[in-house]
Amino acid sequence: MKGPRISISGARLIDPASGVDRQQSVYIANGIVAAVGKRPDGFHADREIQAPGQIVCPGFIDLCARIREPGQEHKATIPSETAAAVAGGFTTLCCPPDTQPVIDTPAVAEMIRDRAERIGKARILPIGALTRSLRGKELSEMRALKKAGCVAASNAGNPVANTLVLRRALEYAASFELLVMVRPEDPWLRNHGVIHEGLVSTRLGLPGIPEAAETVVVAQVLALLKQTGARVHFAQLSCAGAVDMVARARELGLPVSADVSAHQLCLTEAALTDFDSLYHVNPPFRTEQDRAALCRGVADGIVSAICSDHQPHEEGAKLNAFSSTEAGISSLETVLPLTLGLVSAGQLNLVRAIDSLTNGPAKVLGLTAGQIKPGSVADICIFDPEAIWTVDARNWYSRGLNNPFFGTQLKGRVTCTLVAGRIVHERTDQT
Amino acid sequence: MNEYNPNFQLDANGQLRHFLSIEGLDREMLTRIMDTAESFAGVVADQPVKKVPLLRGKTIVNLFFENSTRTRTTFELAAKRLSADVLNINIETSATAKGESLLDTVRNIQAMHVDMFVIRHGESGAPYFIARHVEPHVSVINAGDGRHSHPTQAMLDMFTIRRYKRTFEGLRVAIVGDILHSRVARSQILALNTLGVAQVRVIGPRTLLPVDAESLGVRVFHKMDEGLQDVDVVIMLRLQKERMRGAMLPSEHEYFSCFGLTRERLRFARPDAIVMHPGPINRGVEIESRVADGDSSVILQQVGYGIAIRMAIMTMAMHSKARSKAS
Repeated sequence: MKGPRISISGARLIDPASGVDRQQSVYIANGIVAAVGKRPDGFHADREIQAPGQIVCPGFIDLCARIREPGQEHKATIPSETAAAVAGGFTTLCCPPDTQPVIDTPAVAEMIRDRAERIGKARILPIGALTRSLRGKELSEMRALKKAGCVAASNAGNPVANTLVLRRALEYAASFELLVMVRPEDPWLRNHGVIHEGLVSTRLGLPGIPEAAETVVVAQVLALLKQTGARVHFAQLSCAGAVDMVARARELGLPVSADVSAHQLCLTEAALTDFDSLYHVNPPFRTEQDRAALCRGVADGIVSAICSDHQPHEEGAKLNAFSSTEAGISSLETVLPLTLGLVSAGQLNLVRAIDSLTNGPAKVLGLTAGQIKPGSVADICIFDPEAIWTVDARNWYSRGLNNPFFGTQLKGRVTCTLVAGRIVHERTDQT
Repeated sequence: MNEYNPNFQLDANGQLRHFLSIEGLDREMLTRIMDTAESFAGVVADQPVKKVPLLRGKTIVNLFFENSTRTRTTFELAAKRLSADVLNINIETSATAKGESLLDTVRNIQAMHVDMFVIRHGESGAPYFIARHVEPHVSVINAGDGRHSHPTQAMLDMFTIRRYKRTFEGLRVAIVGDILHSRVARSQILALNTLGVAQVRVIGPRTLLPVDAESLGVRVFHKMDEGLQDVDVVIMLRLQKERMRGAMLPSEHEYFSCFGLTRERLRFARPDAIVMHPGPINRGVEIESRVADGDSSVILQQVGYGIAIRMAIMTMAMHSKARSKAS
């Protein structure tokens, strides 16, 4: 493998996987990290990156990003969203199976992975469908999907028909040591809900989604875990109750993990008071108590990863009466500043914050990525933690402009991203 | 992040620009609406020529995405008595069924030089969305959106209460029935509390009450006899038949036996209590005929006051615009 020789110096290196947090240089050659700290003998850099005041860390790994391709290219494409990813510091994205066609055959999985590879920005790791066509009734060919590169199986936002199908899907996945990702939501309790069931839904008269819609499914899956031997990851938790249940399960030694989206750590139902559809997300923003519990969960490591839950939309998807708009935020480019905001607010320490974007998700997936040590693949993010910027369409890469932070000043910005030792994003000062 | 602006419906001078919700309006504004309506009530009732030229040359469109006879008719009459040109459009089955988006529908009609939209929509917040996208000279009046708000109905109810009780101070008001799905109840509760009544109560089974109902500023009761004790005003809500199918209630019969307003139950209220209902009423489901047609009932008076209230609100919203244009 050929690749440029790059040195990064002057920056603070934070690599949570190896416990490193000090000013240290990183040397890269042939796509891998050649050395950390000491310049290897005879190393002549093709490019020397001086990054004083900045932070160097592993490239971020996202456990949930909708790329919309194949099938919804009017919303976004693999080129547009992998460009947004690297602009946000992400070098690896996991893509849920609810594409069109669904990722329930090796062909679709391979197509997505290969196309991302050819474009050469962020990598995409497909998540295979847990059931055929995500209909929740028959099992998908999970072994074939795993061989085609799927890192997990999931039914995305679709319900499984009944607890028997759920049990069998968990058992079957366990047979092939395939991770199962569950976005816990009971469709009956959710009903037609669009925001958190609580003070704001009562006031605005918008149909609510009760907390129990999430905890009921977490309880169901946990009850089936021991029986099935499956490894389960709960995706995009939204309430304190679910964090408590995951904490207790982990204490018992059950093989469970969880993630939360960055925006879920920053916003509450209070954002909804004006029917602004940019805040229409699912799971919904809940109470301050829930938000604080999710933050503590990340700080304690019970929630091991922060994801983007990136959902780019075309403009029209958000232009309607609230209940008729599509849920989701185009979020890849604001995950880092939102997470750093929690660090500034004293709710998360910096090393743990970076851990939850790198080593944390890598461990969930069982990957050796997400670290910077000699011999590891050079997926690297360099960011300026003090840079202040205003989110607007001119400095935005995702095709989806549906982000409620447009027009807001945020702190912390990626300056350079490397994938396999090549610079795939570099910010020039005028942008 | 967009700043939440609670006074989105007010202009820079604090005057009504749109009329979307009772929320964010103070007691002075609500009183002014009722005072203005009082001056129109004479026009409606006593004059041989029931017209004033206040909105001559203005075009008002009643844009109804949901069926309604009473509300649309009173809005239409109100606009005509103000000498405006009125257009009624029922969209329930027309354009949007052909795939046209809500915004396109509104923009197309707006292009016909419309000055005011009166909007009823099945989804909470729809008039907010429309108000945010109309041209600056166009006013939006909410004629009922989803479960959220029905502010003109609430104002005509307040007007009715004031006519019979003279003041809001010290009043106890009970609202009975399906609070969860009721935009009328939400608006009434806001208005009653803003106007300073002593107590607002809601009475109904838990399946028909929103979570944290107390946060709206009410006391919650599940028994009629307790909830009606010593109240001055009883507001009955219409019960939709769908509630039986959604497993919210077992039967109309059981509902009536628990929450139906009968003459016997009304005796728990104060002797001079008035009975209101936004209509249309289901006799024998939420209210018995002896009460609906009885001495305490002011249900038909409410309908009549609806015209005066809507004349007041339309005039105020349109005139704030005229002033801001001039300045």
